[in-house]
Amino acid sequence: MPFGNTHNNFKLNYKVEEEFPDLSKHNNHMAKALTKEIYGKLRDKQTPSGYTLDDVIQTGVDNPGHPFIMTVGCVAGDEESYEVFKDLLDPVISDRHGGYKATDKHKTDLNFENLKGGDDLDPNYVLSSRVRTGRSIKGFTLPPHNSRGERRIIEKLSIEALTSLDGEFKGKYYPLKAMTDAEQEQLIADHFLFDKPVSPLLTCAGMARDWPDARGIWHNDNKTFLVWVNEEDHLRVISMQKGGDMREVFRRFCTGLQRIEEIFKKHNHGFMWNEHLGYILTCPSNLGTGLRGGVHVKLPKLSTHAKFEEILTRLRLQKRGTGGVDTASVGGVFDISNADRLGSSEVYQVQLVVDGVKLMVEMEKKLEKGEAIDSMIPAQK
Amino acid sequence: MEIAANGSRAASINLPSGSGQRRAAGRCGGWKLLGGTIGIFVSTPGSSSSPQVRQQGANMPFGNTHNQVKLKFTSDQEYPDLSKHNNHMAKVLTPAMYERLRSKQTPSGFTLDDVIQTGVDNPGHPFIMTVGCVAGDEETYEVFKELLDPVIQDRHGGYKPSDKHKTDLNAANLKGGDDLDPNYVLSSRVRTGRSVRGFCLPPHCSRGERRAVEKLSIEALASLSGDLKGKYYALKNMTDAEQQQLIDDHFLFDKPVSPLLLASGMARDWPDARGIWHNDNKTFLVWVNEEDHLRVISMQKGGNMKEVFNRFCTGLTKIETLFKDRGHAFMWNEHLGYVLTCPSNLGTGLRAGVHVKLPNMSKHAKFEEVLKRLRLQKRGTGGVDTAAVGGVFDISNADRLGFSEVELVQMVVDGVRLLVDMEKKLEKGQSIDDLMPAQK
Repeated sequence: MPFGNTHNNFKLNYKVEEEFPDLSKHNNHMAKALTKEIYGKLRDKQTPSGYTLDDVIQTGVDNPGHPFIMTVGCVAGDEESYEVFKDLLDPVISDRHGGYKATDKHKTDLNFENLKGGDDLDPNYVLSSRVRTGRSIKGFTLPPHNSRGERRIIEKLSIEALTSLDGEFKGKYYPLKAMTDAEQEQLIADHFLFDKPVSPLLTCAGMARDWPDARGIWHNDNKTFLVWVNEEDHLRVISMQKGGDMREVFRRFCTGLQRIEEIFKKHNHGFMWNEHLGYILTCPSNLGTGLRGGVHVKLPKLSTHAKFEEILTRLRLQKRGTGGVDTASVGGVFDISNADRLGSSEVYQVQLVVDGVKLMVEMEKKLEKGEAIDSMIPAQK
Repeated sequence: MEIAANGSRAASINLPSGSGQRRAAGRCGGWKLLGGTIGIFVSTPGSSSSPQVRQQGANMPFGNTHNQVKLKFTSDQEYPDLSKHNNHMAKVLTPAMYERLRSKQTPSGFTLDDVIQTGVDNPGHPFIMTVGCVAGDEETYEVFKELLDPVIQDRHGGYKPSDKHKTDLNAANLKGGDDLDPNYVLSSRVRTGRSVRGFCLPPHCSRGERRAVEKLSIEALASLSGDLKGKYYALKNMTDAEQQQLIDDHFLFDKPVSPLLLASGMARDWPDARGIWHNDNKTFLVWVNEEDHLRVISMQKGGNMKEVFNRFCTGLTKIETLFKDRGHAFMWNEHLGYVLTCPSNLGTGLRAGVHVKLPNMSKHAKFEEVLKRLRLQKRGTGGVDTAAVGGVFDISNADRLGFSEVELVQMVVDGVRLLVDMEKKLEKGQSIDDLMPAQK
């Protein structure tokens, strides 16, 4: 549990070998990248807010990993973490984001009009469409590190920004700690409510401190645009609706996001962003767009086809069960979304989803008719 | 590394279970929650333990930067919301107190927010009063005395800041205790915790410190002989066979799951530098770097509490000498006795208890009253928050601070003897009214 750098000076009394974590049983990006040399070089450093190397890696030390899934194993406590600890984080980022180099530039494109098509995914197969991302507010430290005072101001700023939205974005904020039972029931029924994190990957990074203080959920009256405040990131922004009109979902996503960003900017608290890493978020896996655009789609035949995984890889997509990551699909319905986050723009990633899902639905239809899909196998994107 | 839980430990999420069935080494009591140790930090071995905030010297490049950042916010902005909380910390802390203490730090950099984090994150238990705060080093009890003295007072029956605690580990001072009826008393056990001076406590210590504590412990324990000769099993490289044996013996401890413990940071880097030592006879057991630097347990089947306590005192005293010889005494002072992480374990840190069959007595209307007068508490045989099985209860001393070890074990010995006498009377259908004890 990171308590700032309270103890960092002390630890320097011990040699590097004495403090270096035992990563012999570990399988995560941090464990792959961290060496004694890097540890020795970085351990006496701190960000301006006092975040240290041990704070960055604690979650990866405490959670050796998953046999099948490569976890990240490190987090940022503030924007400067990515600079101060770049010797560790650059290789982690490169490994996680397909070879992304320290010199690469990331392109941001939230102009939904640049998306081609996407309004006609077959609703007999595509049950729902959703786009989510995260945003960090400049001037505050991140969930692993922030104090109650910081978190509350983030909440206050968020409430001001969100309650000033109108039209299709008019909505209401529900703080977790003052929710009525009726409100809670409704939010659960709408699949909006988030819970105190139970995953040790998150709790070991300190994100659940002071729960549920300054945490809450805002959504518009139409229940198609949702913002989580102070969960894993300062803000998580979600646009969603039933059916296959991803274009509309993305339009609302971009429009809403931009409105919110303007309001925060007016208060001199824009979103954290730079031209190398795009949007800065707590977990290195969410850098860049932080975007996961996906659908729930019925693919009972395609999902049992020998080439299903290969197709997903080539389309730069990933599958999950309908309960989210690490869940099984139910009734042949899968959550299909973009695999990439950094190095390509929002429009590009959503385009991959739109085009890829369209192709997979056509494949599904072919397989239903007992026809082959070999001629449809795509090239690697 | 997945370690199977101590088989007798209740899988309670909120509170760690107490001692398990068949006198397992088990976990210490739930309400006690946080065993712990306090250490004077390494770098100023000879300095006075001044409670005031010190300027960091030239060899310490950092101040407590994050605490400084928080000071930019007003006290009200930072003050925790304790409106739904029911623990000792929440009862005591006020905005004014928070304001006075929030700019302070111990020499190792432990701050007020560090002390109270676990109590903020865990509002409490409806029936059990949790402590809600921990120490990160010995100085915590000085620097944050304004908060911790009232917590200690509330928890330990009115113990005042000016009170002195008496330590007595001379087992010869125990009267009787070797003849508790084994038809009723199935097993006997005494446990305590110890902190090694020179190191920070489990909520705060680094890997380097923890490993140094382990190294010292291994050296000290390896030099024990005779009845106490034994072996150390490091958690991180235990063989499957060793692990199975330790589970069968009910010795193996697990990574804490209770959020009370996790929120204070004690499980960091698990299982690095954690391990179990026990003697060949399997009657004396030491846990290294679990909730405390050391947890020391003496146990055996049957009702010979005297022998259990003899071994406990002998072993503890020997271990203390071995640590002292290596330049690291146990933390102790004349006001708080043995200094441990959780304020509930100050003083003796001692819980002495038996598993005893009291099917009739436990149903008697005056059972709770009798226990209270005897200064004893009951738990199920799975430990705290568990139910008794087959009328068998875990009965142990309720106090920790303000009474010596001998006094506490004497209360258990005398009290259990009386309870068994009462049980026998009730079996014969006789009344126990004339056996009711006065308040101890």
